[in-house]
Amino acid sequence: MTIRTRRRALTLAASGAALALTLTACADTGDGGDGGGGGEGEAGSFEIDCAAFEEFGDIDGTTVTVYTTIVEPEAETQVKSYEPFEECTGVTVEYEASREMEAQLPVRVQAGNPPDIAILPQPGLLNTLVTQYDALVPAPESVEANVDEGWHESWKGYGTVDGTFYAAPLGSNVKSFVWYSPSMFEEAGYEIPETWDDLLALSQQIVDDTGGEIKPWCAGVESGDATGWPGTDWIEDVVLRTAGPDVYDQWVNHEIPFNDPQIVEAFDAAGEILKNPDFVNGGLGEVNSIATTPWTDAGFPILDGNCYLHRAANFYQTQWPEGTNVAEDGDVFAFYLPAQTTDEKPTLVAGEFIGAFNDRPEVQAFQTYLSSSDWANAKAVATPNGGWVSANYDLDPENLATDFDKASAEILGDPATVARFDGSDLMPSEVGAGTFWAGITEWFASDLSSQEVTDQIEGSWPS
Amino acid sequence: MDWFIYAGDDPGHKLMIMLIAMALFVLVMGLILFIVDRPANAPKWLVTAGFVGPALLMLTVGLLYPGLDTIRKSLFNRNGTEFLGLDNYVRAFTEPQFLLVLGTTALWVLVAPAAATFLGLVYAVVVDKSRFEKFAKALVFLPMAISMVGASIIWKFVYEYKPNTGAVEQTGLLNQVLVWLGGEPIQFLLQRPLNNFLLMVVLIWIQTGFAMTLLSASIRAIPDDIVEAARLDGLSGLGMFWRITIPSIRPALVVVLTTIAMTTLKSFDIVRTMTAGRYGTSIVANEFYEQSFRQNNAGFGAALAVLLFVIVIPIIIYNVRQMRLAEEVR
Amino acid sequence: MSTVAGAAGAARDKSEAVDALVSTPPEPKRTPSGINERARKAKARLSNPWASAIALIIALLWTIPTFGLLVTSVRPELDIRRSGWWTVFGDAFAGEGVFSMRNYEAALFGSSTNLISFFLNSFVITLPAVVIPITLALLAAYGFAWIDFKGRDILFVAVFALQIVPIQITLIPLLSLFVAADVNGSFWTIWLSHSAFALPLAIFLLHNFMKDIPASLVEAARVDGAGHVKIFFQVMMPLLTPAIAAFGIFQFLWVWNDLLVALVMGGPDTFPLTVRVAEMAGSRGGDWHVLSAGAFISMVIPLIVFLGLQRYFVRGLLAGSVKG
Repeated sequence: MTIRTRRRALTLAASGAALALTLTACADTGDGGDGGGGGEGEAGSFEIDCAAFEEFGDIDGTTVTVYTTIVEPEAETQVKSYEPFEECTGVTVEYEASREMEAQLPVRVQAGNPPDIAILPQPGLLNTLVTQYDALVPAPESVEANVDEGWHESWKGYGTVDGTFYAAPLGSNVKSFVWYSPSMFEEAGYEIPETWDDLLALSQQIVDDTGGEIKPWCAGVESGDATGWPGTDWIEDVVLRTAGPDVYDQWVNHEIPFNDPQIVEAFDAAGEILKNPDFVNGGLGEVNSIATTPWTDAGFPILDGNCYLHRAANFYQTQWPEGTNVAEDGDVFAFYLPAQTTDEKPTLVAGEFIGAFNDRPEVQAFQTYLSSSDWANAKAVATPNGGWVSANYDLDPENLATDFDKASAEILGDPATVARFDGSDLMPSEVGAGTFWAGITEWFASDLSSQEVTDQIEGSWPS
Repeated sequence: MDWFIYAGDDPGHKLMIMLIAMALFVLVMGLILFIVDRPANAPKWLVTAGFVGPALLMLTVGLLYPGLDTIRKSLFNRNGTEFLGLDNYVRAFTEPQFLLVLGTTALWVLVAPAAATFLGLVYAVVVDKSRFEKFAKALVFLPMAISMVGASIIWKFVYEYKPNTGAVEQTGLLNQVLVWLGGEPIQFLLQRPLNNFLLMVVLIWIQTGFAMTLLSASIRAIPDDIVEAARLDGLSGLGMFWRITIPSIRPALVVVLTTIAMTTLKSFDIVRTMTAGRYGTSIVANEFYEQSFRQNNAGFGAALAVLLFVIVIPIIIYNVRQMRLAEEVR
Repeated sequence: MSTVAGAAGAARDKSEAVDALVSTPPEPKRTPSGINERARKAKARLSNPWASAIALIIALLWTIPTFGLLVTSVRPELDIRRSGWWTVFGDAFAGEGVFSMRNYEAALFGSSTNLISFFLNSFVITLPAVVIPITLALLAAYGFAWIDFKGRDILFVAVFALQIVPIQITLIPLLSLFVAADVNGSFWTIWLSHSAFALPLAIFLLHNFMKDIPASLVEAARVDGAGHVKIFFQVMMPLLTPAIAAFGIFQFLWVWNDLLVALVMGGPDTFPLTVRVAEMAGSRGGDWHVLSAGAFISMVIPLIVFLGLQRYFVRGLLAGSVKG
């Protein structure tokens, strides 16, 4: 509790300070800081205090290369958010994005051709780069200071390998959301469930009310060569709720086996929804259609009224087809996936991290910028259509474009929230990006029991 | 010097560098051939080196050295720091599902090249010299112009499943046809072992154009007097096809089969894109990619690549024997 | 065109001259009859209803999936997921069909970089990456087919076997070399990589065509005092034009459709169209409907090339049909 209180106080103080700096340092450059407008498709710009980069000396005219998985159209907002830094320092940021980045980065590293900075989509890759290729340079003090100031210590922990802090977090995702249609709920008179039991009761009520015509839940885990990850998120969310965050940590760190009874229980609890032919798969087919339905399309039956509930992360916001109104009184919105009681708010989160392969001053200056709250705010302002949040304390919610992003930020900042990082990203890649994905897909596709699946995954855990 | 290497984003500069590269290449090759040709009685090794040397040099650097390096890597651990001997191979063969992967791979090599070649041949024969030949050939060739990933996306679409309830329409053509015929839609990609064949269809769909092009040209080269003589002997239709066409283009058939078999063994894009190797559809190439580039296990990945090479040995032996036979005929 | 045909004709004359000289020709002598006459005789073939049916079925099966994609690419995103593409025809008939060029707009103008520059890069990459390996492979194939040297068969089998080396395993060693030579990220690395990867298959295929050329032709030239270089250019090249065109098309398609080499060896200044198309689905893969439009945009050039070069190899892989 003490940590949380301090965090809030710090947040207020820091944002106040940032605001003051913005006003004094950049008062002459017009209306930068005030938002840029939500939903208009017009990216605003954000003013920062250039003094932060003085310690890096004269770096004008140098170039920093960045390699990421963030491609168009999201790339545009990334590049836009680098502009304040480029203006301050005269450094050119060369941005390269590829969906194949996770496979290509180790190739470049081994060939002696790494970028200056890579935005790593998950800590597992960070871990591989450090332990296997010894390729990253530790984060400079300025970055560490930024992270200590702006982020909960758990986030610093995800960027740390064997006690050395390498990578500051960049953005954050909140995964514990259930998407629904506010208008359908209103029509049927349904309330947003507050507890896990409420959620199950609501599911049953939908079945009863529609005479079994409509399956309340829709889900899909197909995602190309990463098929299965949305399923692992589901399980992780349920483990957090049925077994609790402590067991979750033990499970992820393999202090208890993968097939521990508490985990099997969580699989079964998830199965009460996901393997229940009465509850799934609304508008998409039988239980096994979860395995083959693209995760990107899995929520769409809500729009057709064929499904009421779809659990997906905050970034599903940008997946809805063009013209869908994402709002509390719109076509779709999301509520927090409830826990056993209303007192606890275990939340599954994930995020990207900033790895540096070089310690040239301009690279460190850019790292410092990316790890600062200035960047978080600049990025928020540069993302007029929303779909982006950060767990940085000093991110001003007013800069976020949509109500939903603000709701996500609220959950991240809620003192009751107990955030846990996506476990499959933290497990060894053989499991986290291998057998866990494959196992959960088989769990949907065949009649394998929870025990059998967890046994198989445990058997694949590297010794 | 940099000017010759990097063009930046200037279009004119890019084209200049391209022209310079081509001119340079022509110049070097011309010089080599000039040297080889000049002395009235150039030593044979020099002539041989002039013809074969440049290609062998590139192959050695570009493929042979990496290939040998892979064999070495397959004896080491995931980042090459620890010698493991044959452990990676042992793991490959003791991994519980790996025998299934090997079996599926064998199925692919046996079915896909044969089917693509057969269909390409049949099509080449039936459209040969018809009025629509050009158009008809372009249609079957079309899939060649699509990347494997693109083709996989197209076919994923064809196999798509939607439940057969009143409110939902089918979006996959195959299931729509089933529904029109009064059947129930099927989760095609989950049906083992049918799903393996459905994935092969994608490769066959792509490679048939390749087979058709080469075989059709080969059929064209069958001398008329042979065809004429056979006709006088009363052969026509299928008889002509089996007794004249097939034997006449046998060497081309072997070449086409071999080439497609090699492609089949190497391609993993289709499996990755369509099922990610789940539901019993994984093949060795997919496992190789998964280990090398997803799990970053260079050693195990390399062992799987070497396994690919072992699988191809029978094909090589068969080709060598065919070459010997052809040599004798000549 | 005319020079090629003329050269082929000259070669044919030579062949007949040689056949007349040698009392027992190595092959049964085959007189190339008039192509027109042949075509006339064969025209009856498609009149067989079974053959027509087979041709029609295959052509339909091969076209429908692509056609479906084409229709899909001009439908609005939500329609794509709600109903099958074939329903547009019924809808259009009823006056309700909805077509939209949204996907093409997104594909063409959705990026901050001009699509033209990706096209240009594809072109700059493809042309040398087709010409260089084919030239090298032609020379090597000739060496393997017509120069008798020690260890020839072993070497040839080795080259042939190299076909199975997956490109993926060569990436790290090659890229390391390029980094050491300080040329990484330029077009040169891409050209060199593609050239090396294409060689085994190119040599294998072209070798097979070369060997089909009657030995009598080569002998005749040799008797005339021609060396290997001269035989290569004056006897082989004219006869192989269709085979070169055919292989050229395949190599063109492979390079044009390549994503991997371009991604690993190149940089943002050299990225071809495929890199752009692969990114159209968005960071999380949700915008894949745009891919349908992207796929068609990138197919345009290969199709034009295929149709343009088709006439070269409908005549048979060896010009003038010198041998079966």
